[in-house]
Amino acid sequence: MSIPLNWYLVLAAALFSIGLYGVLSRRHAIGMLMGIELMLNAVNINLVAFWRYIDPAKITGQIFAIFVFTVAAAEVAVGLALVIAIYRNRNTVVVEEIDLLKE
Amino acid sequence: MKEFFFNITWIIPVFPFLAFLIIILFTQGNRKLSHSLSIGSMVLSWLVGWGVVFSAIGTPHLGEHPVHKSVPWFETGTAVFEIGYWIDPLMAIALFMVPFVCLMIFIYAVGYMGFGTEEVDPNYSRFFAYIALFATGMLGLVISENLLTLFMSWEIMGLCSYLLIGFWFEKNYDDPNKITPRQAGLKAFLVTKIGDLFLVLGILYMYSQAGTLSYADTLFNHEFLTHLAQTPALPIFGGWSAASAIALLIFGGSVGKSAQFPLHVWLPDAMEGPTPVSALIHAATMVSAGVFLVARIFPLLNIVVELDHHNPTMSIIAFIGAFTALFASIIALAQNDIKGVLAYSTISQLGYMIAALGIGAYVAATFHLITHAFFKALLFMGSGSVIIGCHHEQDMMELGGLRKKMPKTFWTFLAGGLALSGFPLITAGFWSKDEILAHAWEEFMHYGTASWPFFVWLLLTIAAFLTAFYTARQISLTFLGKPRGHHAEHAHETPNTMTWPLLILAFFAITLGWVGIPEEIVGHGNNWFHAFVGHEYASTPLSIPVMLLSSGLAIGGLGLGWLVYGRKPLEAGQMDPLQKGMERIRLGWLYTAMQNRFYFDEIYAAIFINGSIKLADIFYNFDYNWVINPIVNGVGAVTRGISNIFNQFDEKIVDALVNLTGLSGVKLADLGGITDLKVVDGFVNGIADVTGWIGEKIFRPIQTGKVQNYLLILLISMLAIIGIYLVY
Repeated sequence: MSIPLNWYLVLAAALFSIGLYGVLSRRHAIGMLMGIELMLNAVNINLVAFWRYIDPAKITGQIFAIFVFTVAAAEVAVGLALVIAIYRNRNTVVVEEIDLLKE
Repeated sequence: MKEFFFNITWIIPVFPFLAFLIIILFTQGNRKLSHSLSIGSMVLSWLVGWGVVFSAIGTPHLGEHPVHKSVPWFETGTAVFEIGYWIDPLMAIALFMVPFVCLMIFIYAVGYMGFGTEEVDPNYSRFFAYIALFATGMLGLVISENLLTLFMSWEIMGLCSYLLIGFWFEKNYDDPNKITPRQAGLKAFLVTKIGDLFLVLGILYMYSQAGTLSYADTLFNHEFLTHLAQTPALPIFGGWSAASAIALLIFGGSVGKSAQFPLHVWLPDAMEGPTPVSALIHAATMVSAGVFLVARIFPLLNIVVELDHHNPTMSIIAFIGAFTALFASIIALAQNDIKGVLAYSTISQLGYMIAALGIGAYVAATFHLITHAFFKALLFMGSGSVIIGCHHEQDMMELGGLRKKMPKTFWTFLAGGLALSGFPLITAGFWSKDEILAHAWEEFMHYGTASWPFFVWLLLTIAAFLTAFYTARQISLTFLGKPRGHHAEHAHETPNTMTWPLLILAFFAITLGWVGIPEEIVGHGNNWFHAFVGHEYASTPLSIPVMLLSSGLAIGGLGLGWLVYGRKPLEAGQMDPLQKGMERIRLGWLYTAMQNRFYFDEIYAAIFINGSIKLADIFYNFDYNWVINPIVNGVGAVTRGISNIFNQFDEKIVDALVNLTGLSGVKLADLGGITDLKVVDGFVNGIADVTGWIGEKIFRPIQTGKVQNYLLILLISMLAIIGIYLVY
């Protein structure tokens, strides 16, 4: 009945890869942010799964996951603000056209 | 059969949730399949739901011994949270109403969103996915067994409300002051979140006291409640008991969700959403969830009053409700938008229910909750039918004369309107509203005229009169007389998918009240509603004066409304007679204030929105002008001064020495120079050329300035490092 730990790890790895692929391939800046969210959540799954299978008496894994949520929320807030700021300045959110780092 | 239904109650919210998932993931392209899935799931929920309801009705003493089941959901540390369902009379009554009204509105939405016509909405399938998700939330809230799943469902509904109010998010208006659907959705979400914050605090407080959130161990555990009522609350609540603090915090959630004063501002703007949404979410179900929640925590309120007669919790609730009831009905008098009137009417009727709970009329409040859901959904759907029939004209001043053109809509709207105004004896609204007024009267007789129940009764009574008046105004302006605008002239009756739900709801708007006729009229033991719901709470005795009074108010209000608006119907371009009349007695300013909703939006904008901007300004100035920047600049200036001194030292003394050394160096260098030019330069240039070539051909193309390329390089390097690590 109980689901082996491996399954969670495979799920998390798959989610992480999907997120990574999204970050690398999306043309839209918000799509990239969403990819980052997926990657963070993959990490959360790992944290919670390891907590559950290795040391369920302490709630460290869950607390860590909550920290990740918080950081992710802050990251999205900052990320979206950046996207808006870029859009106002350059009138585009297509990441390929945002290449100021080259200068 | 009973066991069967009681065992599968959990499945009720699952159907619409599955429909939501399937539509959103797979069938968005197929409109017909999408709405069939949505409606089909609702039919299943409705069938199971009514199965549960009628089984519950057939169970004796359900109120004393609710049926409940739960399974562990998740655990953190030692705490286990459960998910389950809870069957008691309140739940059964709500479950009677919710799936049925949802189903009617789902069917109605097929017509409203223009299925099979050229005006079909481009996001038609998504609409049905969202309303299915909404139904999941509402049904989940009704059946939930603890405050945690209740809160979860509550927030699902909040999300759907946001998504559906802003469903036409691309819409913009020429008038920059008119709120767009996008803004209205955001406003609803943020304003209700203020209430939700209190609700979360209340739930957390409850958890900290009880260590569990299930109803069985908290709200329906008399020992625990007594303990809670005797525990002093946190110091910020003054000398109150923990029970009253929790009750008030949870009530804060209801104030937001049920649009009570002072958080009522979102509901009128929520009318920017499609009309089925207004009927479903902002009239029948979600906004009554706030009342449902207060009814849920009624044991808590009851114990507070029982153990401490002077505790103001109940009177605060009653006052907020009664005040909202009156002031929203005053605003409704001067609204010209057909849905605007209904929005304020909804706020006002919700105020009635909240006030009823505040004066202890538990049965009357739940009764009104159910009857109101039916007739208000009916009225909203009727107004939606008018809107579709008149090509999206919502201004009542432009309507008129639709009685002949849209007969089905007219007669059903009339039935809903009569129920809303509490037309005596035959309509549902009469019996439920009368019971609330009778209970308020009872309390006021008990405490005397100088007491708070008297004011509650007075406010509610005036509101009842105004309700009848604005209903008559709305019906007259919309349906009587001659068309005042070209849209109304070319009005047509709406398709069957819209009129049939109207007819069915009209039936309930009339007859539903008959299940709760007081025992004094129908004989002992025949007040079915009270017998089922009100097992432990005192019933409201029939009071002939109150019944005569509320009949008089309803007929008087309707009659006066008809005299003003119906007898001599308004011609195109004429001024509202109420406005004319009020201006004549120098109350024009009041009418303007009513039209502008007593300027609440403006006041909130001035205080909260401008306040935030001011605060941000202060931080900005703190950064740039006052503190941080001056410090940084000051440090810079000091550093520059010091470096100037060193500079002088350098130029005067060090330079002289250096020049001297340099001069002798030059002589020596001249000698070395020849060797350099030939040998060393050649070598150095060679290296430079090679480096330049590498940079040009290999590194420059990599430095594209595009974040994603950098990330890719990062990824490849990471993989390479991991690879090396694994190999060795």
